[in-house]
Amino acid sequence: MSRPAVELVGITKRFGDVVAVDDLDLTVGDGEFFSLLGPSGCGKTTTLRMIAGFEYPTEGTLKIHGEEMGLRPPNERPVNTVFQSYALFPHMTVADNVAFGLQMRKVPSAEIEARVKRVLDQVQLRHRADAKPSQLSGGQRQRVALARALVNEPEVLLLDEPLGALDLKLRQNMQVELKELQNRVGITFIYVTHDQEEALTMSDRIGVMDEGKLLQVGTPEEIYEGPRSRFVADFIGDINLITATVSGPDRVRLGNGQEIEVRSPGPVGEEVTLALRPERLELYDLDEPMPENHTKLRGKVIRRMYYGDAYFYDVEVGLDHPLEVKEENRPDVETYDMGEETVVCWDPAAVNVVTD
Amino acid sequence: MVAESVDLETRAERAESRRGLLIGLPTYLYLILFFAVPLVIVLVYSFATRTRTGSTALSDWNLDSWARVFQGPALEVSIRSLILAAVTTLLSLVLSYPFAYWIATRPARLRAILLVLVMIPFWSNFLVRTYAMKFLMGSEGPLSLISQLFGGPPVRILFTQWAVLIGLVYGYMPFMILPLYAALERMDWSLVEAARDLYASGWTAFRKVTLPLSMPGVVAGSVLVFIPALGAYVTPAILGGGRTPLLGDYIVQQFLQARNWPYGAALSMAVMVVMLIATVFYFRKGGRTL
Repeated sequence: MSRPAVELVGITKRFGDVVAVDDLDLTVGDGEFFSLLGPSGCGKTTTLRMIAGFEYPTEGTLKIHGEEMGLRPPNERPVNTVFQSYALFPHMTVADNVAFGLQMRKVPSAEIEARVKRVLDQVQLRHRADAKPSQLSGGQRQRVALARALVNEPEVLLLDEPLGALDLKLRQNMQVELKELQNRVGITFIYVTHDQEEALTMSDRIGVMDEGKLLQVGTPEEIYEGPRSRFVADFIGDINLITATVSGPDRVRLGNGQEIEVRSPGPVGEEVTLALRPERLELYDLDEPMPENHTKLRGKVIRRMYYGDAYFYDVEVGLDHPLEVKEENRPDVETYDMGEETVVCWDPAAVNVVTD
Repeated sequence: MVAESVDLETRAERAESRRGLLIGLPTYLYLILFFAVPLVIVLVYSFATRTRTGSTALSDWNLDSWARVFQGPALEVSIRSLILAAVTTLLSLVLSYPFAYWIATRPARLRAILLVLVMIPFWSNFLVRTYAMKFLMGSEGPLSLISQLFGGPPVRILFTQWAVLIGLVYGYMPFMILPLYAALERMDWSLVEAARDLYASGWTAFRKVTLPLSMPGVVAGSVLVFIPALGAYVTPAILGGGRTPLLGDYIVQQFLQARNWPYGAALSMAVMVVMLIATVFYFRKGGRTL
């Protein structure tokens, strides 16, 4: 990681008795696309607002490009924000909205005009320059909000659920656009979202938050493949969580008494939670040849859901919950009917041991 | 088929407008009887003739009264009233805006309490409150006594234009606060944050965002204060002592002392027309800022 763009050390924010952000340490690298992911009320927006300067931390220090922000007001920080509701000035045209920041910084008007045109070209809204925000569609408003922030060439761009109000197709398009834009301009993006798919597809790194705490930071792959806690595993994607007791160096005993192989599950006798992604599980006929060293559990299909590109099966294997299995919808993958006997099978390396 | 469906639609629309008329009927009747009819009577009287004895002859229709509407003492009174109403409006605006802003930014529960406090004066009679103001400002009233207690001179503002101004501002300020509050309460404060985020200082953000977006409240409040202030009668009569007549008491004088009903009627109508024009103009202008 190059020199850090944003550093939070021991940041705590209390509103009265409520701890919104709890002793948070975080370093975001220069030029990084960093997402803060978590459910609503987890403190991610408060964290963003502290970086922007709309809130001040109760405790801790916050640095942007090495400079301590202290009680610096938002207008004196080298960051710009794209607001969740866009917060476009309704009484100004698109061009005036975009020019606002440059005007405030007393940039010469000829330069303002050129830069506004350029950035409106970038977001393909040059032809709507004289429109009022109320005359734009949701996607267009979103792009104006982005242009209004980007035209200032901030060192760090803060985005607060900027795609939340768009419909699915548009949101997916904007994800691609945003990521490409970030690559092109090379600005640090700090992106707040509760949408795990958004975080996974766009980010260089993700920080997962819950109840004011930063639970895990890592690349999308690290977060998805190797969640360290039950919360992270459960929040991101679908997952099977199985309770088991460690019975040997590489062995655990399941609730139904069966012993299976799990890599370094912890001290013998301890109760652990195993996390298993549905797409890492496979279904086999009872008499079909199966991979030698894979874990196998015999069960019965109790539900089948069709998702177009895949089937989701719930398979009863005698544990607390049925196992969820995802099988791709391909001609060479066999489908199973309700009530059919089957074997659920997985590579022991696919199992993650998570804490509660 | 098509013709029939069109027919159904028209029938539904007609039924709808009939229902609308029925709902509005009591109000229409009331307003026609007690607002439109008297207004027409005033208009008719403004073209009538004053007889030698001071009664009004509903004959010999003429424009004499109208010709004198903005001449001589009437013009002087009108200008004085306009200035006083304008100053009252401006002073109310300057005093009310920060207060309305403060209320609008309080937690919801406190806001409700503060609004009730603003409206409390309405619970007592306006005349009584004006007499209380008179007592307060009198040369032996509490203000004067306090001033003298600290070695100052007695306060002699009663029966001056200042007393009238203070009384008018006091009386009409709630009409300024409430629309301002309504406009500010609807404000999307993330717009102010956006302005701050885009390098505007607190003051600039107010000037560029909050103020323009609260203009409908400013316009509504100004109209609601300016119009009654222009026609005010009770306050100038009690606090001004009738020494420097304003439009309100000048018109009353025409009816009661001078017994010149046609002239009084013409003056009343003229003031109404001016107010109407001002209101339309102001709302058009105010409407455009949105």
